[in-house]
Amino acid sequence: MTPDLSASAPSPPAVATPEAAGPRWFRVDDRFLAPILITCILLAGQLSFGLLESGAKTALAIFAAVLTELVLARIFAGKWPHLASSYISGISVGILIRSPAIWPYVLCSMLSITSKHVLRVKGRHLWNPSNFGICAMLFLAYNTVASLSIQWGNNLWPMLIIWPLGSAIIWRLRRLHISLAYVVSFILFAFLRSALTGHAWQAEVAPLTGPMYQLYVFFMITDPKTTVRPRWGQYLVAFTVALAETILRLSEIVNAPFYALFLVGPTANLIEIWWASRPSTHAKQAAT
Amino acid sequence: MTRHHVARGFLLAFFLVLLVAPLILKRLPAGHTPGKEAGSVASLTRYGFRLEEVAKTAGIDFTHQAPTLDPQLNHIMPLVASMGAAVSIVDFDRDGWPDLHVTNSAEGSYNRLYRNQRDGTFKDVATEMGVGDVNRPGTGVSMGAVWGDYDNDGYEDLFLYKWGRPELFRNDGGRGFTRVTEKAGLPRWLNANTAIWLDYDRDGRLDLFIGGYYPETVNLWQLATTRIMPESFEYAQNGGRKYLFRNRGDGSFEDVTAEVGINSRRWALAAAAADLRGTGYPDLFIANDYGVSELFFNDRGRRFREVGKPTGVGFAPKSGMNAAFGDISNHGRLAIYVTNISQEGVLIQGNNLWVPKEGTSGDALQYQNLAGAMGVELGGWSFGAQFGDLNNDGNLDLYLTNGYVSADKSTSYWYDFAKVATGNSTIISDAKHWPPIGRRSLSGYEQKRVWLNDGAGRFIEVAQVVGVTDTHDGRSVAFADLWNRGVLDVVVANQKGPLLLYRNTVSPENNWIAFELDGTRSNQSAIGAQVTLFWNGRQQLQEVSGGSGFCAQNQRRLHFGLGKHREVEKVTIRWPSGQVQTIAAPEIGRVHKVKEPT
Repeated sequence: MTPDLSASAPSPPAVATPEAAGPRWFRVDDRFLAPILITCILLAGQLSFGLLESGAKTALAIFAAVLTELVLARIFAGKWPHLASSYISGISVGILIRSPAIWPYVLCSMLSITSKHVLRVKGRHLWNPSNFGICAMLFLAYNTVASLSIQWGNNLWPMLIIWPLGSAIIWRLRRLHISLAYVVSFILFAFLRSALTGHAWQAEVAPLTGPMYQLYVFFMITDPKTTVRPRWGQYLVAFTVALAETILRLSEIVNAPFYALFLVGPTANLIEIWWASRPSTHAKQAAT
Repeated sequence: MTRHHVARGFLLAFFLVLLVAPLILKRLPAGHTPGKEAGSVASLTRYGFRLEEVAKTAGIDFTHQAPTLDPQLNHIMPLVASMGAAVSIVDFDRDGWPDLHVTNSAEGSYNRLYRNQRDGTFKDVATEMGVGDVNRPGTGVSMGAVWGDYDNDGYEDLFLYKWGRPELFRNDGGRGFTRVTEKAGLPRWLNANTAIWLDYDRDGRLDLFIGGYYPETVNLWQLATTRIMPESFEYAQNGGRKYLFRNRGDGSFEDVTAEVGINSRRWALAAAAADLRGTGYPDLFIANDYGVSELFFNDRGRRFREVGKPTGVGFAPKSGMNAAFGDISNHGRLAIYVTNISQEGVLIQGNNLWVPKEGTSGDALQYQNLAGAMGVELGGWSFGAQFGDLNNDGNLDLYLTNGYVSADKSTSYWYDFAKVATGNSTIISDAKHWPPIGRRSLSGYEQKRVWLNDGAGRFIEVAQVVGVTDTHDGRSVAFADLWNRGVLDVVVANQKGPLLLYRNTVSPENNWIAFELDGTRSNQSAIGAQVTLFWNGRQQLQEVSGGSGFCAQNQRRLHFGLGKHREVEKVTIRWPSGQVQTIAAPEIGRVHKVKEPT
């Protein structure tokens, strides 16, 4: 759940004209929109429902992510990084994993950020960092770590705020179509699962109404660095994630959405990288 | 090799270290791990005690039966009809030997009152005493019972709480019981899973607190709607109401709940009362399912103030199922143990051990959760737990039972449970939306926990080593010195399972002392009396309880282990009336019967 927004979002103009950009105090760098949104979600959840079991653990997760990013980027890329991405990774880890111990929060953040620097093909990282970190913890530290699956009050009104706000921000970042494609696919597959299992369709749709999915839909599957570039391809990836999740759900795997993205995201990336590296593709690009 | 390659190599190595770190950490022992030399001799030598299950040889052959509720709940019946196994300890005939009261929950089933035969066996006398046939169809079924001498005649009376019509039975001199429910003015119907006796206003008469689980308007056998489930997994406030009944002293009770400021509709599963601030008045702790715990400070018997958030115990919502007090550090202050749910890879709530923060007291009292630090956090789907000194070493240990639904071992309901628990209120609150459980288990066949307090801030898990090997769906735990041997035995009630008696054998090197209190100006049961024992530069506080744990009540007698020390400096008793009594150098190795000075 770590969009590396620095790469896809337009950078602010070097010299902004007041007429074009509006009052200087009002301008917001697009790279800060997602961090602002996720911070609002965190604060709203914490202040209204006590979303976090421990604010200190979440703070530690954020700190670990930011520090790891600073150190690794400085040492291995030779530059000071923009910290929006690592901040979102840290905050995602702090919200989305649950553990009575402290170390999983630190380790998960460090794994998330480090995976971004290690698991790369032709300069692109393959996994959404926090998706990788969370899946690694769920696999390797299953006796100590669980994912967030239930918190948020289970009332409608937080959703009535978060969905429009999140949609507006993701729309501005030109990623809303990915979220919508996933949500529509999820709902269609929910009815399919209901038909196959005989369970009430409400039970199949239920996860979408929880907070974990709000974070998942707005921040994880929309990560520009971990999905493909063509718009049609992004639709296809979102649909495929929902399809993979349905297969996992039919196998009664509790953490199906995380694992679905873990499987589909890198696969889609690798296919795109392979496609782009074909000689014929290079030739076409040269011709154009 | 370029500098870049070296750097990449280091980065890769760092990444691999991070990946294997969880596996290494998993192998590290969490504090002390018991050795493999399980067996009676080893456990006695190493830990100072061993437990042996002896129900059958003690003449007890009881298996709890669950209710069958409205057919609209058939698809999730094991989930809903999942409570009702309860045990409470009472010496109902005042012969000096603890007796057992056990609830049953099938329609038409009988509760049991096991009289202690003083020869190592028990005999069921519930029917002849008039408290057996209490689950007749149409009247609901038993969930638990608490004993307290509400009429101050010297004999413990029985309050039975049910999903259905609650009942009060007056003890007629230990020879039988008379049903006095109507005269007492109790509600005609409620769905309660907790009740305790307490003298909240210190008028010398026992009052009664009852905590509702399902709303009192719901008849679980004739549902008007299937929208009876919690509106949220962690923020539900659509449960049963709470009741505080003030004892008028004429056999009737007055509902003062609203008057004293208790206004909660959380799903209460456990309540316990103790004077946490030294005011002399009992404060009230409620562990709620589907939400945060509540702590009510008692303002001089006139009002209760909910202070969950300011004290720190009411912030993180979990699935509270137990409330027990214990002076775990021998500092003269009571910690609170609340059980919750932990299931690997799915839901790790962790249990809470709320320990008073250093430097906080009175109205500024605050608690911190030290369950993780002290090693008592993970107990599976935890239910009942009690503090008691199982090896008489002078430190309070902790016994926990657990397990929710044990059915088919190869399939689990956890996926479906997690799915529906995520939904918003319109989905989760309607039973018809819950997927059918069929024969699947949900946190079934769990191993119990016996945590031995090392006196240095850690608890060591020794259940398997000391002989606690059952995997039933445990609900209620109670401690008592069943055979007057100077040790705490353990009784466990299991849902749809047998009643277990764990007979305790303690290393004879460790000494003990016990106190049985009789109130005169205070309530006769002395519920609320605080006893502080001073020995060897240490002190331990215990309070006479009117119910604690999950649907349980320990023996009224207060039992103290002393370790190898053979002298007690003094004991102070602060009676509920406020009177303080000191006994210098009480003799060890015996039960002291103390009557409140008039």
